[in-house]
Amino acid sequence: MANAREPVIQVRDLVVELKSNRILNGVTLDVYRGEILGFVGASGAGKSVLTRTIVGLLPKVEGTIEVFGTNLDGLDEDQRRDIERRWGILFQQGALFSSLTVGQNVEFPMLEYLDISPKLMTEMAITKLEMVGLKPEVYRKYPSELSGGMIKRVALARALALDPEILFLDEPTSGLDPISAHEFDQLILTLQRTSQMAIFMVTHDLDSLYATCDRIAVLLDGKIGVTGNIDTMLASEQPWLKAYFHGARARVGQHGKQ
Amino acid sequence: MTAGTLTLVSGESGRGHIRLAAAGVWTAENAGAIEPLIEAATRPIPSLKSISIDTANIERLDSFGAWLLERALRTWRDRECEANIVGLKDDYRGLFEKVHAATQKLPPPPKKRNSIVATLDSVGRTMVAVFDDLVLLAQMVGSVMTAFGRVLLHPSRFRFTSMVNHLERVGWHALPIILLITVLIGAILAQQGIFHFRKFGADIYVVDMVGVLVLRELGVLIVCIMIAGRSGSSYTAELGAMKMREEVDALRTMGFDPVEVLILPRILAIVIAVPILTLFGSLAALYGGGLVAWLYGGIAPEVFLSRLREAISMQTFEVGMLKAPFMALVIGVVACVEGLQVQGSAESLGERTTNSVVKSIFLVIVLDGFFAMFFASIGL
Ligand SMILES: Nc1ncnc2c1ncn2[C@@H]1O[C@H](COP(=O)(O)OP(=O)(O)OP(=O)(O)O)[C@@H](O)[C@H]1O
Ligand SMILES: [Mg+2]
Repeated sequence: MANAREPVIQVRDLVVELKSNRILNGVTLDVYRGEILGFVGASGAGKSVLTRTIVGLLPKVEGTIEVFGTNLDGLDEDQRRDIERRWGILFQQGALFSSLTVGQNVEFPMLEYLDISPKLMTEMAITKLEMVGLKPEVYRKYPSELSGGMIKRVALARALALDPEILFLDEPTSGLDPISAHEFDQLILTLQRTSQMAIFMVTHDLDSLYATCDRIAVLLDGKIGVTGNIDTMLASEQPWLKAYFHGARARVGQHGKQ
Repeated sequence: MTAGTLTLVSGESGRGHIRLAAAGVWTAENAGAIEPLIEAATRPIPSLKSISIDTANIERLDSFGAWLLERALRTWRDRECEANIVGLKDDYRGLFEKVHAATQKLPPPPKKRNSIVATLDSVGRTMVAVFDDLVLLAQMVGSVMTAFGRVLLHPSRFRFTSMVNHLERVGWHALPIILLITVLIGAILAQQGIFHFRKFGADIYVVDMVGVLVLRELGVLIVCIMIAGRSGSSYTAELGAMKMREEVDALRTMGFDPVEVLILPRILAIVIAVPILTLFGSLAALYGGGLVAWLYGGIAPEVFLSRLREAISMQTFEVGMLKAPFMALVIGVVACVEGLQVQGSAESLGERTTNSVVKSIFLVIVLDGFFAMFFASIGL
């Protein structure tokens, strides 16, 4: 296995403006292979914006983004496809294709990137669905027939379709019941252990942060305020962090990551 | 890195035991190449009692590779042959367990019926759907009327701002394109008329033709077709998107009547805008006709106007204008009914928008036919 401290994402001095509002103002961040990076910040701080900028959905004003050591600026189409094939994204709202069945949604990236038999593709789609805790029956359903939590899981199954090396998760456990959320955390941990996946997880779920994250980065005022493990966060004197980790909803001294 | 391989290490089928060795990279990219190896390895061998796959030399394994191994194991186990893997790296154990836990019990797809039954079925369904459509249209007209009645009783509940906003979009913003098109239609009509009437020396009757045709029929039809394509479709798309994102349900649960809040302002806006657009459109068409008559047919503007005064009466104009609000109502109601029928998928939104335009244009023309019969029977 490659060096554990090999960075797969390097963001340097990233500035992003939307409708001439400066949302991100000099973000510098590394994500390493095999780690789970928890990304926190107030609602509306720009976490989704950062995720979308890294994957190239939003334009940046300044700064550089390197993924797998390649600068994402000025790549030609093939090089970009090679990189896109190696990451999977779970959008905050699921973003399933509403006119395709669940099965077709999961098979969609496989169809595009892999040369495998239809039988194997179906088996893999079902395997992925079962891995994220769904029953094979959902395979033929349409997204509009699913509950909110099921949509999240199907979206995760689709993000995992190609066994990506980087997984972007935007609030994966929001809308899941605590048991499912716990299973979700366990699944993420399994994935990280088995495939050395780098996981970039935006979350507001303190349990998830405690249970899964190796490192946590905090977005404050358009910059990465603090990074470190959960103990660093708990020890921080920064007022917002204090309120976040020691507030009414926090249960300090909970189970750490095993 | 070498692609995944699966080789026979030792084994005699006579003794009933085989040992295979897997090596290389067992990942998604190589899955297409590995699958045939698995298939070759799982060909039935009689008298095989046990089999093991040594996985110690697998360099990389992902869920694709893990599933292919698992599939092989399952095939053998189904034949009551003992099958297991040995030497799996600890890193991969969790992944393998996940894949192993998958039941793969996909219920069979719903059976396809034979094609004759299916055709009859779809014809039947279409007929029922046509009938349902008419019922829905009638219901919508009804609920718009009741909402209108309620609003008349409580004028403060009327969404005036919303209606003005829609009026701007349906009426004001449509004006330039409507004027442009009707000028052209008037001009083409006059040109064709002059070209053919000239053979009989009856050039001047072109004025009668353009005047009557534009004021009675074409002005209102062209405007309605344009508005169905322009505003009817956007009504359907807006309401459909709101339906998809549960905005309509949200309104309902807050105690608002979606018909009153969303539909009534839209329909009133279109009912007000279409007659106004028809007026301007008809004038523009007459202008276009007059221009061509002058430049191409040599009919001076004064001659054109005095002939027009003789050819048409106030009634001709009224017949056209009378039709406009009814046609507008049809367009608005069809658009809103279709919009509210949008289901969860993007595809259904597109389909409904198409339906809305096609149906409203069709119904407008049918309605025009009924008006023609009606006016003929009362001698207009
Ligand atoms: N398309 C857009 N145009 C203009 N502003 C936007 C756009 N998208 C997001 N914003 C603004 O960017 C800011 C950051 O939004 P973002 O969605 O990244 O928040 P977030 O940190 O993900 O919050 P949450 O935790 O609630 O998901 C917000 O103030 C939002 O108003
Ligand atoms: Mg967000």
